[in-house]
Amino acid sequence: MSTVFAKSVPGREGVWPEKPRTEPVDFIPEGLLRARSANLPSLSELDVVRHFTRLSSKNYGVDSNFYPLGSCTMKYNPKFTEEVAALPGFARLHPLAPQLPGGGDMVPGALEVMYETERLLCEITGMAAFTLHPMAGAHGELTGALMMAAYHADKGHAKTKIVCPDSAHGTNPASAAIAGYEVVSIASKDGIIDPDALAAVLDDQVAGVMMTVPNTLGLFERHLPRIVELCRKVDALLYYDGANLNAILGKLRVGDAGFDVVHLNLHKTFGTPHGGGGPGSGPVGVSERLIPYLPVSRVAKDEAGRFSLRYDYPKSIGYVAPFYGNFGVMLKAYAYILRLGGEGLTRVSEHAVLAANYLRKRLDDLLDVPYNRTCMHEFVASAERQGKHGVHALDIAKALLDRGYHAPTIYFPLIVKEAVMIEPTETESKDTLDAFVTDLREILALAETNPAAVTAAPVTLPVGRLDETHAARAMEITDDLG
Amino acid sequence: MPYIPHTPDEVREMLDVIGAASIDELFAEIPAELRPKGFHVPHGLTEMEVRRRLERLAAKNRTDMSSFLGGGFYDHYVPSAADMLLARGEFYTAYTPYQPEASQGTLQAIFEYQTAVARLFEMECSNAGVYDGGTALYEAVMMAVRHTRRKKVVVSEAVSPIYRIVLATYTKNLRLDLVTVPHDRGGDDMAALTRAMDAETAAVVVQNPNFFGTIQDFTDLFAKARDTGAVSILSGYPVLQTVLKTPGAMGADIATAEGQSLGLPLSFGGPYLGIMTCRKALVRQMPGRIAGRTRDASGRTGYVLTLQAREQHIRRQKATSNICSNQALCALRALVNLCLTGEEGLTRQAALSIENAHYAAMRLCCIPEITLLNRESPYGNEFTAVFPTNAKKIVRALLDEGIVAGFPLGRYYPGLENALLVCCTEKHGRDEIDRLARKVEKAL
Amino acid sequence: MIPKDLLYSKSHEWAKIEGGIAVVGITHFAQEQLGDITYVDLPQAGTVFEAGQEMGSIESVKAASELYCPVSGEVVEVNPELDAAPEKVNADPYGEGWMIKIKVADEPIDLMSPEEYAEIAQAEH
Repeated sequence: MSTVFAKSVPGREGVWPEKPRTEPVDFIPEGLLRARSANLPSLSELDVVRHFTRLSSKNYGVDSNFYPLGSCTMKYNPKFTEEVAALPGFARLHPLAPQLPGGGDMVPGALEVMYETERLLCEITGMAAFTLHPMAGAHGELTGALMMAAYHADKGHAKTKIVCPDSAHGTNPASAAIAGYEVVSIASKDGIIDPDALAAVLDDQVAGVMMTVPNTLGLFERHLPRIVELCRKVDALLYYDGANLNAILGKLRVGDAGFDVVHLNLHKTFGTPHGGGGPGSGPVGVSERLIPYLPVSRVAKDEAGRFSLRYDYPKSIGYVAPFYGNFGVMLKAYAYILRLGGEGLTRVSEHAVLAANYLRKRLDDLLDVPYNRTCMHEFVASAERQGKHGVHALDIAKALLDRGYHAPTIYFPLIVKEAVMIEPTETESKDTLDAFVTDLREILALAETNPAAVTAAPVTLPVGRLDETHAARAMEITDDLG
Repeated sequence: MPYIPHTPDEVREMLDVIGAASIDELFAEIPAELRPKGFHVPHGLTEMEVRRRLERLAAKNRTDMSSFLGGGFYDHYVPSAADMLLARGEFYTAYTPYQPEASQGTLQAIFEYQTAVARLFEMECSNAGVYDGGTALYEAVMMAVRHTRRKKVVVSEAVSPIYRIVLATYTKNLRLDLVTVPHDRGGDDMAALTRAMDAETAAVVVQNPNFFGTIQDFTDLFAKARDTGAVSILSGYPVLQTVLKTPGAMGADIATAEGQSLGLPLSFGGPYLGIMTCRKALVRQMPGRIAGRTRDASGRTGYVLTLQAREQHIRRQKATSNICSNQALCALRALVNLCLTGEEGLTRQAALSIENAHYAAMRLCCIPEITLLNRESPYGNEFTAVFPTNAKKIVRALLDEGIVAGFPLGRYYPGLENALLVCCTEKHGRDEIDRLARKVEKAL
Repeated sequence: MIPKDLLYSKSHEWAKIEGGIAVVGITHFAQEQLGDITYVDLPQAGTVFEAGQEMGSIESVKAASELYCPVSGEVVEVNPELDAAPEKVNADPYGEGWMIKIKVADEPIDLMSPEEYAEIAQAEH
């Protein structure tokens, strides 16, 4: 399908304001003005509507397709949350308003939403306080790492390292490195963190340990109490990557379990949409001892019940966001939490774990499952068996696309060869799960009887497999770099 | 159970297949001592009840006021078609396009966005966006640090103070030398900026229009940066870019911006859009996602994420950044808005905004005790008015009249307590501006 | 694919030393592991390295890796073809895919013989 630039016709009228009476050159010297046209597309409203409507039909989304992407929690996004976020009383608020004298009185409803969301997240996770400022999960990780660094600096520690298991999501070591730490990786044993391996690297140089529960294999980290104990001994802070929170809502509160810093992914666990790659929101919760280092501003409520923003926290790490985080995303999560309530959230983890184990048991005769025991909300299979016939995880993924499913996550975590990570979430019906199993089983059978049919996939989509090497070598990243 | 479709019979069937007697059994591994000490989240509400509660909270916020707030975030008109197109579930319930064949909608849109934004700033390359303009500025600085292997960063004080605080927060543990060059009555001191650059300088960072609203030409400064081997970074304003000399024309190496003015609601601070563009020579240092055009085996044109080897999921601790999100929906919204308004529409928005601001400045300066901070310099749709008294006092008085007169600068610029940043867009009417002037005069 | 007349590093670079000049590249095993090479970032002529020091990087579609200088010395020549045609590293890693030429400063001590390297490559496979 051609681009908007190809469809451009000079003279087409778009949605224009009235013609100004003056011209910029009346106020600004010509030397400071733009010399050449930007050559932006010139289209009518119908052209634009048609182009993007057609483009949308080339996408798989949760609204149209089952999306068992492990580690992403592609659950259904309730539509009423979209309405709520679009309410003009929220959408039209300028972020500088509360920073004006008496500004808190202009936006009390917004401040209340933030205050309440923080409170609810504290209750859900067992943490002492939250910041809603980080604008994505990885941003939350960085914020957490910066707070850990501030804590240690404040205590006069000269700690230089952060420990991550080899199963960690790539953002963990990346965030630690940005915060100035050296990253030490430890090998997993039997799929989970080996406390002995951890003890071996935990010296007084370790600022923190980053992990997730369940881990990226979907397995419960059963040595958690010992891990907490080991970290306390060297005053290393324990960080929880909340990507997999969907498995433990109501069953485990990470604050109670001993974690010091936690980031959540509102766009995973709390049902806000993924948007094709953002915007997300990654609030960070802390234990009591890290509260002083939280980013500013913070929402305070006085005895009269009035809300305001406070900045008087001398040990704060500063601003991690220009303002208060992705307010428009957090609104949706707040609405989701109110809708589900405590009992609804607990049902989420129960049914997410039920669905994942159901799929595991219906597929484990055909797909190798390296750690084939009760999993949590996701499990990792390996396509090594199919590899003997020349069919790899990538091929299976593409064949699933042909049948109308978005593929599971492939080639992650790195510690499983030909990894296929499946996370159904709690919002898919048993009919959908059964249809998926039937289709996947057919593909796996085809891998043995007719591998070429699998390696040729996809054949029903707008394009077949794309030449990624050519893309990287040619670097055609704008229409003008062709 | 909202959104969970499993009936008790289906639960029973699934448990049978698993070989478990109950769902509780599936959580057996979590020992008693790790179970929650409490879980006092209130009982769930119906959809109607939740909507009602949120409508009540929304109604408590003032949206009826006449507002002259800017400071990097602008209330321009957004065409209705943008809202409708962005509401399509195929766009907003999709994931990051890691399976390109099933994501050509998102990927082609990113490619078109990259092209449009590169053209707007007259730069060669763009990425798919980062969280916001402040993060974009930080990432640009890090590109410069990596590229030059130097540690000193020269930043003009006329760059948004909010972005400068974000930059300082992120770089605190990286042993960089951030040097702030003071502004000169609302303008950038080119001589001082030039003097601050030396063989240790990784980057020089400026903003146009700057935070005070002043418009300048940084071509000479950027040429001098090139001579010292430093990377030049300019933070811009997308709507005004249709009429102002571009970073590309000035010879900038990297141009960043906040994309909110391209059709994103103000939304009380986010979600926003961090625009990042650069010269081709620096593109491998650019973080975030990048879409590229390619073809399939049959020769059909398609789009994929490219240059992924730099990213966190492959490079881990050696990644160019830890970024995992590109604000895709926000970038799509900016693109759709750009297509709906077109260059003509956007230029008119800019021109009307500039016209209104100059009218407002003229009306305010008719009041004897008021002057402009940037008296000799040209400005666009924002200017800094200086009062004979603390600007907060004026703002407070006007709030009672239902007017948000602007943003008092004393909070971020010690010494400028009497200064007020005033912004206009095409939405402001003459009557509204006249009323602002009348009420300001009354308050003095 | 381990030529007998070359020396090898643990990080999969090869060096051919003749008349005080070492020609350096990456091995067949390395290019195979990386996949289609899309970009090679090489140092400039005149740069001086210690043996084992990071000297650049190499990217493919799915991976990126550092390049380590196998010998100590000063870079005297850099392969000009690789910028436009990085695929030469895949097609001919020991010939047209050569990366830099270094004037050797010290006798290399940490390099392996073809047989020793063969064992390493086998183990990592």
